[in-house]
Amino acid sequence: MGFYIIKRLGLAAIIVVIAVSLLYGMIHAVPGDPLSIVLGPRATPEMRAELNERLGLDKPFIVQLVTFFFNVMRGDLGTDVFSERPVSEIFFSQLPFTIGLIFLAIGWSAAVGIPLGCYSAIRRNTWIDKLTGVFSVGTITIPSFVVALYSLLIFAVHLKWLPAIGAGNEGDLLDQFKHLILPSLAVGLGWVGYLARLVRASMLEVLGENHIRTARAFGLPERTIVLSYALRLAILPTVALLGVGIGYMLSGAVFAEIVFARPGVGKLIFDAVITRNYPVVMGSVIMTTILFVLSTTIADLISAFLDPRIRENL
Amino acid sequence: MPATAATPVQARSQWRILLNHLRRDQLAMIGLVLVVVIVASAILAPVLVPHDPNKLNVRHRLKGPSVEHFLGTDQMGRDVFSRVLMGSRIALQVALISISIAGSCGLLLGMLAGYGPKWLDGALIILFDTIRSFPTIMFALAVVTLVGPSLNTVILVVIVTSIPVYGRIVRTQTQALRNNDFIMAERAMGAGPARILGIHILPNVIGPLLIIASMDIPVVVTIEAGLSFLGLGVRPPTASWGTILNDGYAFIRNTPWLVIAGGVPLILTTLGFTFLGEALRDVFDPKLRREV
Repeated sequence: MGFYIIKRLGLAAIIVVIAVSLLYGMIHAVPGDPLSIVLGPRATPEMRAELNERLGLDKPFIVQLVTFFFNVMRGDLGTDVFSERPVSEIFFSQLPFTIGLIFLAIGWSAAVGIPLGCYSAIRRNTWIDKLTGVFSVGTITIPSFVVALYSLLIFAVHLKWLPAIGAGNEGDLLDQFKHLILPSLAVGLGWVGYLARLVRASMLEVLGENHIRTARAFGLPERTIVLSYALRLAILPTVALLGVGIGYMLSGAVFAEIVFARPGVGKLIFDAVITRNYPVVMGSVIMTTILFVLSTTIADLISAFLDPRIRENL
Repeated sequence: MPATAATPVQARSQWRILLNHLRRDQLAMIGLVLVVVIVASAILAPVLVPHDPNKLNVRHRLKGPSVEHFLGTDQMGRDVFSRVLMGSRIALQVALISISIAGSCGLLLGMLAGYGPKWLDGALIILFDTIRSFPTIMFALAVVTLVGPSLNTVILVVIVTSIPVYGRIVRTQTQALRNNDFIMAERAMGAGPARILGIHILPNVIGPLLIIASMDIPVVVTIEAGLSFLGLGVRPPTASWGTILNDGYAFIRNTPWLVIAGGVPLILTTLGFTFLGEALRDVFDPKLRREV
């Protein structure tokens, strides 16, 4: 296990290094003067001089890259072109909103999807199972921003049950929760389908195994067999999937934050794209990529801890 | 059963299996009908449109559905039905161009990784994993900031982010094949890597690749519509389902029709291609189920 942890962390580090290099290299791949590309048309000569100094654009590319890495490792992601605040400060002020949204989405989709998949496996080939199958494919394929728009249209604009925009009043938890319902519905709906499908498949596999047959032979109640023998094993693959899931949910969160005009990382990056504020875009994309790599790595480590067979396959 | 395109007899019987499957599987049939309708309307859109999709008519703006305008009009009085029809062209055009380029690159890189030396395999796998480690939309946002929004930017983003998907599938298939007896025999007879890859591996990996590609169409259509919705894809006045949704979002309190008209074709397209793609996969290569 120790060897696996080192190998997996090493791989994660390599991926982060290459990803950051690619993102940094993109500035040079685009034709034109890097300073104008990064700072946009609204930059003052002082800002250009300062950025030139910071990035060392007159030095060889590899030196620039190493300097850039050292800055990122010190937590220095650059400076917002307009407010001149550090990008890391802006990013981490927005991150809690996105994390809250993603965790609520994971929570409700797991609470619905796992029992659904489990039930579907026990009632295999009944109409309920088939309906769940169609429902799963449907929720997986329908784009999350369409779900966001339709839920905004139905529940906020027409029925007026829930608030349409913003994150709610600060300090008022109930209000904040109300503002989270529709966005987390949009972000999580696809995952209900994914989880239901995955749990159903692995549940069917586990239910066919010998120890379950033995438990049946001993006359244990079906309820005990399903809940404490089968589900415990069948739930393992979902752990690995949730790590990747956080990354995909980040994409969903971008749309949900824009449609519902919520603060968060997605909204931050989108606004920066519109104003061509490249330092904010690049710093935030680098941070989300690092967080994504971190979450998949942790999920992999947990699955390897739970299932020794995975350790062999790296 | 890797030999997909081995002999005409086998190929014919596989089509029969597919037809039988479609007859039994209602979802696949629905998928097929949806795909046929969408593809037909994309091809015939210029003939079918009742109005010029970009013609302004400010006096009739934001109207609901009527005999004159099946899906109503948008904020500039343009006929939404005509715009939805033209939007299907953009969606499928992006899917066709980007998937064929990404598929070819993925095929080449995947075969190199699967058949080439171990260091090359390692390097390519790490590159694939790195590209997969950017959440797609974040990567798209970074690229758009640098090169500006356009249809080509969307295609570029889709190509870069989907090459690893195809590359990984082709690599796995190639690795499974490379130690097969018939490849060993060919190598013993002195065939070089180019001949083995081109004549023996390629026909065997192309089947799974095509299935994965067909299942990727909904993903690509979603990315195009998503970026266009954000105003970072297709430029106005060109009609795309994403730009219609963008207009609909801006006027969501005035009329529900724009959001409905932009979203429904998107939902039907993604569902249609997914239902059909899953049926194709189950008929031609059930083993792939585990890999996607």
